[in-house]
Amino acid sequence: MNKSMRWGLLIFILPVLVWLLLLIVLPQVDMAIMAIRADNEFGETGFSLANFRVFFSEPIYWRTFARTAIFSVLVTFLTFLITMPVAFYITKVVSPRFQGFLTVLTLLPFWVSELVRVYGWMILLRESGVINHFLIKSGILNKPVELLYNDATMVMGLVYTSMLFMLVPLLSVLENLDNNLIEAAYDLGGNVWSITVKIIIPYCLPGIVSGSIVVFMLTLGNYLTPNLMGGKNGLWFTEQIYNQFIASFNWNQGSAFGFLLLILSSAIIWIGLKLTRQSLGKVVQ
Amino acid sequence: MQTDLSVINVTKTFKDFTAVESVSFDVEKGRFFSILGPSGCGKTTLLRMISGFFEPTGGVIEINGKNMAGIPPNKRPVNLIFQNLALFPMMNVGQNIAFGLERKREKRVVIQRKTAEILERVGLPGFEKKKVDQLSGGQRQRVAIARSLILEPAVLLLDEPLGALDLKLREQMKIELKTLQTQVGTTFVYITHDQSEALVMSDHVAVMNKGRFEQVDTPRNLYAKPLTPFVARFVGENNQWPAKMTGIDTIDGGKLASIVTFEGHAFKAVMKTGLKPGEAVDLFLRPESIVLEPDPAMETLNRFSIRVQSILFDGANSRLLALLPESDREIQISLPQTRQFDHIQPGSRVEAGWNPESGILFPAKPVTP
Repeated sequence: MNKSMRWGLLIFILPVLVWLLLLIVLPQVDMAIMAIRADNEFGETGFSLANFRVFFSEPIYWRTFARTAIFSVLVTFLTFLITMPVAFYITKVVSPRFQGFLTVLTLLPFWVSELVRVYGWMILLRESGVINHFLIKSGILNKPVELLYNDATMVMGLVYTSMLFMLVPLLSVLENLDNNLIEAAYDLGGNVWSITVKIIIPYCLPGIVSGSIVVFMLTLGNYLTPNLMGGKNGLWFTEQIYNQFIASFNWNQGSAFGFLLLILSSAIIWIGLKLTRQSLGKVVQ
Repeated sequence: MQTDLSVINVTKTFKDFTAVESVSFDVEKGRFFSILGPSGCGKTTLLRMISGFFEPTGGVIEINGKNMAGIPPNKRPVNLIFQNLALFPMMNVGQNIAFGLERKREKRVVIQRKTAEILERVGLPGFEKKKVDQLSGGQRQRVAIARSLILEPAVLLLDEPLGALDLKLREQMKIELKTLQTQVGTTFVYITHDQSEALVMSDHVAVMNKGRFEQVDTPRNLYAKPLTPFVARFVGENNQWPAKMTGIDTIDGGKLASIVTFEGHAFKAVMKTGLKPGEAVDLFLRPESIVLEPDPAMETLNRFSIRVQSILFDGANSRLLALLPESDREIQISLPQTRQFDHIQPGSRVEAGWNPESGILFPAKPVTP
């Protein structure tokens, strides 16, 4: 490599490096330092693991943490279950003329901000909402039922918010799936179940895993939907972090929680990759 | 001889387009049967009806004497080799081959034994753990065949599996496929647009055009005695030469037709029933049945002179591209590479002749070219 090329490379790579350093590495380092510092009883700040001790000693924290992890995995799985048939239908069943149209149709809701979409759901579901109104009008119910603020509604909202991020990788991987493979499996004696399990899903695995990683991380780090649709009962770990930073003004505790969430998401994704025998490099291609 | 596959009057229409029109044929057990036709003639549709992916609009398909109507592909005793082979890329060779038996809930030891056996038979022993993308084109082909043969189908259907291979490998696979078929004894139904594949490998060939069978015959008969002008044109090379029939001669008990070409050559050719003097006819002459510089002693020969336009050198398959004098009708003549004709150069005038037995007459189509 000659001198001018090296300079050229440096100029192009510099913005990325600055971006990484200033906006990601530095704040994270600062957070890490904050997480391992706490006030002692004399009000002096020093090295301490007290923030982490609080997490394990207070059940509310680690229970919310576990609940967030379990629900995120569940949401990821449900998103896959719902999106897979949709993606299959768009790529393999419908005539090519409608494929683009249907894809745009599924993307359309995502032109609206998440906040607006969640409020849309609230208008539908709340006690005085549209669904309750129709249920009473049609005589199915005689008094309105609160459909919001429970785990099922929260999960539904999270699945709805995440669908796009699962759909896009699935569409692209299914697009590449040769129809002849499905026909060959059918010809060799496969039925719908065995073709799905033995041919389609293994073929789509890289897409499924990459979609799942995105959905899982977005769900785990989501603040808006669990807060608005889950209400008081729908505790989410991001709310705990928010409370520490904003309500309690305990930045050290908040940083520790943030780090725990980072470790959790990394660990679950690592386990997921190991279980499906995929490598991160291949999945994010 | 037991009939493995019989197709009776099968028709398939898509909306207002008829892809296959009342096609009937029988394939005996252990035969290599080819369906030869240009692309878009309906041969793939026919194959997909036999394998069960399409339901015929009319007619009956019987396999081993059993009517296949309404039976889905996964329940039929036939297997299809796809054009691109459709090997499962996420499985290794062994898993690919075992797929069919696993669907039948065969025991694991049985599957392992049968997989090893079939790989042995197709000449790939010990290939179970190989990845599909590690195989060469010919090996993939054999894996695809093994994957189907392990299910012991009554009929193996092949959809132009050699189409994607390069020429050298294709020539090699042609012979290999025929040898394999003779070894395993399974009935093969092979579709192709490549006449050489069909002629080399098959016991019987059906020539298909526009959804219909033009002729079902042995490769030798298709070449020597085409029943329709389409077969004459499609199977092997042929010169088509429009002429008019002038009379019928009876010589030594055989009937010969006298014809006059548009260029004014008077020829004699073997008579065909149904032709009448005065009618327009098409004369079909194979390039190799035209003799260059014939011996003047051969009296019965039809003679004409040509002007050589170019020499298409292709080894044993070399041709002369010649024009008739004072005309632009082009004739292809095979040029034996025996050094005897080395003096022929573009521009030379050469005498040519052909035996009345080697020309085939068909009534001309209403519009003559």
